[in-house]
Amino acid sequence: MTSVARTVAVPAAQTRRLGAWFRDPWRKPRILAGVTLLYIGWSLLPVAIAVLFSFNAGKSRTVWQGFSTRWYYGDPLRSVWHDPTLHSAVVHTLWLGLLATVITVPLGVAMALGLDRWRGRIPAGANAFVLISFVLPEILLAVALLFVATVLQTPLHLGTVGQVVGLVTYQLSYPVVIVRGRLLTIGKQYEEAAIDLGASPAGAVRRVLVKMLLPAIFASTVLVFADVIDDFVIVRYLSGGASTEPVSVKIYNTARAAPTPALNALATVLLVSSLLVVLLGFLAYRRFTRGERRSIDVFAGEA
Amino acid sequence: MPDRGPRGQRLFWPLLALPGTVWITLLFVAPLYVVLAVLFGGVDPILRQPVPVWDPLQWNFSQFDYVLGHIVGPDGFFGPALVRTAVYVALASGVCLLVAYPVAYYTARFAGRYRGVLLALLIAPFWISYMMRMLAWVNLLQNDGLVNRVLSLGGLYDVHVDWLDGRPVTVVLGLVYGYVPYMVLPLFAGLDRIPAAVQEAARDLGAGRFETFRRVTWPMSRTAVVVSLLVTTLPMLGDYYTNDLLSASPSTSMVGNLINNSVLTPGQTGQAGAFVMLVLLVSIIPMLIYVRATRSGVEVQS
Repeated sequence: MTSVARTVAVPAAQTRRLGAWFRDPWRKPRILAGVTLLYIGWSLLPVAIAVLFSFNAGKSRTVWQGFSTRWYYGDPLRSVWHDPTLHSAVVHTLWLGLLATVITVPLGVAMALGLDRWRGRIPAGANAFVLISFVLPEILLAVALLFVATVLQTPLHLGTVGQVVGLVTYQLSYPVVIVRGRLLTIGKQYEEAAIDLGASPAGAVRRVLVKMLLPAIFASTVLVFADVIDDFVIVRYLSGGASTEPVSVKIYNTARAAPTPALNALATVLLVSSLLVVLLGFLAYRRFTRGERRSIDVFAGEA
Repeated sequence: MPDRGPRGQRLFWPLLALPGTVWITLLFVAPLYVVLAVLFGGVDPILRQPVPVWDPLQWNFSQFDYVLGHIVGPDGFFGPALVRTAVYVALASGVCLLVAYPVAYYTARFAGRYRGVLLALLIAPFWISYMMRMLAWVNLLQNDGLVNRVLSLGGLYDVHVDWLDGRPVTVVLGLVYGYVPYMVLPLFAGLDRIPAAVQEAARDLGAGRFETFRRVTWPMSRTAVVVSLLVTTLPMLGDYYTNDLLSASPSTSMVGNLINNSVLTPGQTGQAGAFVMLVLLVSIIPMLIYVRATRSGVEVQS
């Protein structure tokens, strides 16, 4: 089929050859490839430069003054390791990630299973709210929960409790959407077979469905954790003061106020942990679902 | 199943869904009512603390009227920020689409054996903290930063652009940089679902590149375009931190900044509630469109 198009366009001069090249419907998409490469460079280079400057020997974040790890460990006062405020920000961020993930994933998986099989208005409404919380501007939920914490006398207090509750509410949609996507591809036949063979519904879920859902459960665990440690809006409004401020809030507070490369180092520490979790998760996920196509799509949060 | 009544079985799935449903009702739906109670409530005259009013019949509209009254008219100091929000978000979403569509299209159709690598690179920004990505630009856009140095061609010209000094261009491009990864992914998923054979058939039947795009690819990707626009536009509506980090000037503030500035100011929490409700009202129809689109998308997939 290539030859047909080529014989139609017979170029004579150089300019016409260029035009013919442009019009040839079967040519290689070089312009698109160029745009894609430019995009990837533009989206990742600034971050790479920021990581590079976290290793700067001097105080500048714009002029390179030699390589050192002083902002990670060497500086006795202002390095991530030695500055107690930076240090505690990292610990608090990871702690929030752990707590929120441990609550969100079981809650979301159970909800996904229930919503998938329960027909009626209530589950339809609950499902719509879950989907809405996926695209809702985060600040709306954060302000609403802030009002609950400050105006009402409830167990929801500012600080770690409030942050975890807010994060779970905002992240619940991940496991629900991913697990429901997986349930669609599994179908009902396995669990019906288990019930025909004498299992109770709970037994069928526990011994058949949950095992088949493991990849999806695993993927949502990784996604929720990685997303929680990057969260900013909810954790800022619901933080109870400097001791419960995670890394993102530290970056926001100091980015415009004459920071040192220690801030870059702080961000890099978080970046590395986030990417490590996702990478490990992805490799493990690929082992789970060997032989299936499109395993990477789930990691786009797309499912 | 003789030993298990059908009733017990019917209750099983609702029981599984119950904890999550209760959670989302108590902590997502109910708090929105608290916002209303604060917005239509009063303010303690001494402590400047909000006093919520729970009974809708006793709602006090003075805070709401105050906000509405200052959107238009001679005292309309909220108006410009709202207009700015609409303009910035529309511009940024448009640029996002112009950038994301070709990238997603290339990755879905032509990447070949580099597809996995490309996809991983496209997903990477998704897992880099938003604050980190903004911090990266704060560094680059400093007065003596790399951007100015590149523009001055290594010192040939004297370029001193204060990029971070309240420039709308910086804010819009910052929004584009921040949100474009969220657009690439749903677009990729949608474009990937279009069978390449259909596009090749169009070309075999004599359609040029542009005709193929206009009459085949674009119509088939329309749902993905809508979903991806919603996924980026809605979160942008509540953004205040991009503005704070890249401009820090009231001359570029958006509705998110209005919320953020008033929510932490004693006596102005009701105003924050009014802006929250405003954003919610504006975004509720797009959100319902999103819910519908994703639901039908799931049905198509199965």
